[in-house]
Amino acid sequence: MTTSNTANELDRRLLMDRSVPGRTAVTLPPSDVPEQDMPQESLLRDDLPLPEVSQLEVIRYFSLLSQLNFSIDTNFYPLGSCTMKYNPKLNDAMASLPGFAGIHPNQPSDQVQGAVQLMHELQELLGDLTGLPGVSLAPLAGAQGEYAGLLIARAYHASRNDSARTVALIPDSAHGTNPASAAMAGLEVVTVPSASDGNVDVNALRDLADERTAVFMLTLPSTLGLFEPSILEITQIVHDAGGLVYADGANLNALLGIAKLGDLGFDICHSNLHKTFSTPHGGGGPGSGPVMVTDELAKFLPEPVATRNGDSYTLSEPESSIGKINGFHGSFGILVRAYTYIRAMGRDGLKSAAENAIINANYIQSQLKDSFDLAADRYCMHETVLSASRQKKRGVKGLDIAKRLLDHGIHAPTMYFPLIVDEALMVEPTETESKETLDHFIEVMRQIDDEITSDPETVQTAPHTLPVTRLDEAAAARKPYLRWQG
Amino acid sequence: MNPENLKYSKEHEWARVEGSTVVVGITQFAAEQLGDVVYVDLPEAGSDIEQFGKFGEIESVKTVSDLFSPVGGKIVEVNDSVKDSPEKVNEDTYGEGWLLKIEISDPGQLDALMDAAGYESLTAE
Amino acid sequence: MVHTVDHSAEPTSGSSSQHPYVPATDDDRAEMLSAIGVDRFEELIQDIPEHTRFPQLGIAEAAPELSLSADIAAMAARNVTPGDYACFLGAGAYRHFIPSTVNAILQRGEFVTAYTPYQPEAAQGTLQTGFEFQSAICQIFDMEVANAGMYDGPTAFAEAALMACRITRRNKVAVLDTADSRLVEVLRAYSVHQNIEIQTITPDAAVSDDIACIAFQSPNLYGVLEDVGGLTGRAHAAGALSIVHANPTAHGLFEPPGKYGVDIVTAEGQPLGVPLSFGGAYVGLFACRQEHIRQLPGRIIGRTTDTEGRTGYALTLQTREQHIRRERATSNICTSTQLIGLMVAVYVATLGKQGLKDVANLCYQKAHYAASEIAEIPGFSLPVEGTFFHEFALTCPRPVSEVNAALLEKGIIGGYDISDRIPDTMLICVTEMNSRAEIDKLVAALAEIGGAA
Repeated sequence: MTTSNTANELDRRLLMDRSVPGRTAVTLPPSDVPEQDMPQESLLRDDLPLPEVSQLEVIRYFSLLSQLNFSIDTNFYPLGSCTMKYNPKLNDAMASLPGFAGIHPNQPSDQVQGAVQLMHELQELLGDLTGLPGVSLAPLAGAQGEYAGLLIARAYHASRNDSARTVALIPDSAHGTNPASAAMAGLEVVTVPSASDGNVDVNALRDLADERTAVFMLTLPSTLGLFEPSILEITQIVHDAGGLVYADGANLNALLGIAKLGDLGFDICHSNLHKTFSTPHGGGGPGSGPVMVTDELAKFLPEPVATRNGDSYTLSEPESSIGKINGFHGSFGILVRAYTYIRAMGRDGLKSAAENAIINANYIQSQLKDSFDLAADRYCMHETVLSASRQKKRGVKGLDIAKRLLDHGIHAPTMYFPLIVDEALMVEPTETESKETLDHFIEVMRQIDDEITSDPETVQTAPHTLPVTRLDEAAAARKPYLRWQG
Repeated sequence: MNPENLKYSKEHEWARVEGSTVVVGITQFAAEQLGDVVYVDLPEAGSDIEQFGKFGEIESVKTVSDLFSPVGGKIVEVNDSVKDSPEKVNEDTYGEGWLLKIEISDPGQLDALMDAAGYESLTAE
Repeated sequence: MVHTVDHSAEPTSGSSSQHPYVPATDDDRAEMLSAIGVDRFEELIQDIPEHTRFPQLGIAEAAPELSLSADIAAMAARNVTPGDYACFLGAGAYRHFIPSTVNAILQRGEFVTAYTPYQPEAAQGTLQTGFEFQSAICQIFDMEVANAGMYDGPTAFAEAALMACRITRRNKVAVLDTADSRLVEVLRAYSVHQNIEIQTITPDAAVSDDIACIAFQSPNLYGVLEDVGGLTGRAHAAGALSIVHANPTAHGLFEPPGKYGVDIVTAEGQPLGVPLSFGGAYVGLFACRQEHIRQLPGRIIGRTTDTEGRTGYALTLQTREQHIRRERATSNICTSTQLIGLMVAVYVATLGKQGLKDVANLCYQKAHYAASEIAEIPGFSLPVEGTFFHEFALTCPRPVSEVNAALLEKGIIGGYDISDRIPDTMLICVTEMNSRAEIDKLVAALAEIGGAA
């Protein structure tokens, strides 16, 4: 991250504005086959408006742009619900092996035994960690895993001639993809309120769960970073009403080796490999969102599922599969990374990841609770939700605090989520950050809190040391300017 | 800050009676809650609307809200200029930021709305 | 020396119980627990039902990098890898030259390990490269706007059909029968509970005037260009939208969809600098008209200015998305597959105007050379007519599985089996990666295999 003012003078012209006719960054060999007849002229393109720049210019342009970013490799990211842990470099090296990066998705299983074996082993590992042994690695992101899970729930009810179940019960603290996925799956969203302690309001759930309930979608630990103490009762209530219980696995990092979702009564879950299993966020994808289910539901999984017969591995379609939810077999390169990570961590390493993530979050909470209100004043799991409501009374919003953190080289926490907390600042340190980094964050947060009293304007107008100050997002939305215009 | 000559709904819309036509917009309070308005989705003129029925959506950078008509009737005019310049809703909420003109089907509907004092006590809560 | 202590359960000499990815030492943990005010970690997780805590895991112990990398490399080595073998597979994923610049930029952790750019001040690199991506997609397809990327081609195609239904407020989707059936399968999975009817139509069939769109693939499954203008005209005459699932490489050579008035273009972005990687991660390309932008799914990056008047970029039109509109969002998608979009942006920048033309031309020349040579072999025929790009259908004198097995023995990965469409037929794909020697080897091998029928 370049934080000096010289960054402001960087040449940020777009590639098309740098283009000089005749320049090129690569050449291709001439054709080595006899010249073929070209199709009729009218089909051929006369102009292809793409940049013409030298190879150095390509490298320098993108390298300089990269320096305008925060990233895990360069900055602490206490971003709640996003699990911004270290992305081990070995993962990337394994995914780039020619035997993985170079294989074609239309090659039959017998040509790619190593790849299918890896997928099968990853299925087993994820099934073991979640206690839900039916696994499909096909979903390309958490939201797609969620959608697949809901299709499975609907297919299950339909298979029992119980198709009147068209309601998805979703807590008011849920992530936006939950209701969006439910709507795509044709389910009516009914909101379950949270009780004042941040837990699901069990009595409200009991009233809402009925013969129309297809599924209850619950994030565990919750988006408040709390474990539902009544979880067994909750899953029982939904099962008694004939519904299924879905776990949004966004926060699975807190449960590795600590508890299995299957043991808690969940029927379906997805896991975001780019959170819990250390695959890179990439500036917004690619993700990967495998879906895990009970044995009973396994026949509905999306295709493909890797199966094993002796030493032979095959990609196949489950008996009553919900079908194909994307082009090929899932985000294979991401699957290689997650597999590498799980094996590198091992049984005890995964458990220590969860333990240290929980300790780190509680440590931050304990050190900041004098300066900031807490969404819930009790031990948290892997993340803590602070509220800047006290600071708001002094004229500074959660947003301002988040922006001021950027000036200190620390990424903003997740803001204004969950929606049920006023001025929420959701902090998830993860297990890969050292105590020294946590102490620095705590000190900076206290410093900003003091600054709100001594010099509120500096906080209100932050950031001051980044390549740009606050952007006019209203203008961007009113008059969308979305591509290079010559 | 809310003009005395207008009527107000609980959903934060205002209504100004001009003969048999009622001009409709959102209140200053609503505009401030939304922040910078970036987009307004309005129906076609000529369609009918029920009192308190949804007639469109209004968006700021990070929120979207439904718009509910304070009166029912036939929509006779739509303010196309706020589609191009949605900032008018923030800048001139009770003037150029109007949204619809409705030929009211039953003037008795106005009795279900609040006066300025009533609306102010609602938003003071 | 006699040891009286059993060390069997402890790490062997030279290793450490401290994991390289977890910095907290026992002392750090003790200090933090004490600051929290508890004696033991277990006190922090009292909300978890006791009998479910600390379940048994069947997972092995941690594997150090040295041995783990060898293990995984051995798995990779068990695959039959294109490059070691001549490869003629296409059908949705294409083997192309990836210039060294793409991997060089992909090594930059500042891009790879960044989060979604919700804090634009700290993500100008990601945002500006995303804007370059959107610009490149618009330019290749000659379209007005593009989003920052979808999961992959088929999901982009499915989302386009749903978008057409929203725009037209109709619920019938007509899909041309020359499209890859996998596109239709994904569309089915995306629309199954949305009361949408999928009609499969032939190119010359009449369409009803209550359809939301005519969706088709061009080049189609058989590699053949469709009559994009004609189909678009028929869609518009029915008050419907025209959706084409395109191949970006083809438009280095052929007229872009925008020229024909297409409303939505989707495509698999993989051919633009993304390794095959057994099918993922790829990026879906999605472009449309400006007037439909509020119905566009996915993330969009826009240009704006900061408080000091400097140009900057930010995510925009976010009210369409799930984190704001929740169950009324245009899609549940919550990614732009940004890193793969970056690879596309660097690839397009590197190839540029001349490079993409050259790649398209090489693909055309080589595929047509292969087709003309194979067509001469007795017993083989080309069953589909039309101008083709990248690939062509080839009917064999023996079952495709037998032909491919024989080819594999000769070091050749054969074509994609489409015998479910046309008996004993495969798709042969040829790109700039296939040398004339490889093509001639394929021709000779097919002649031999055919002769053995």
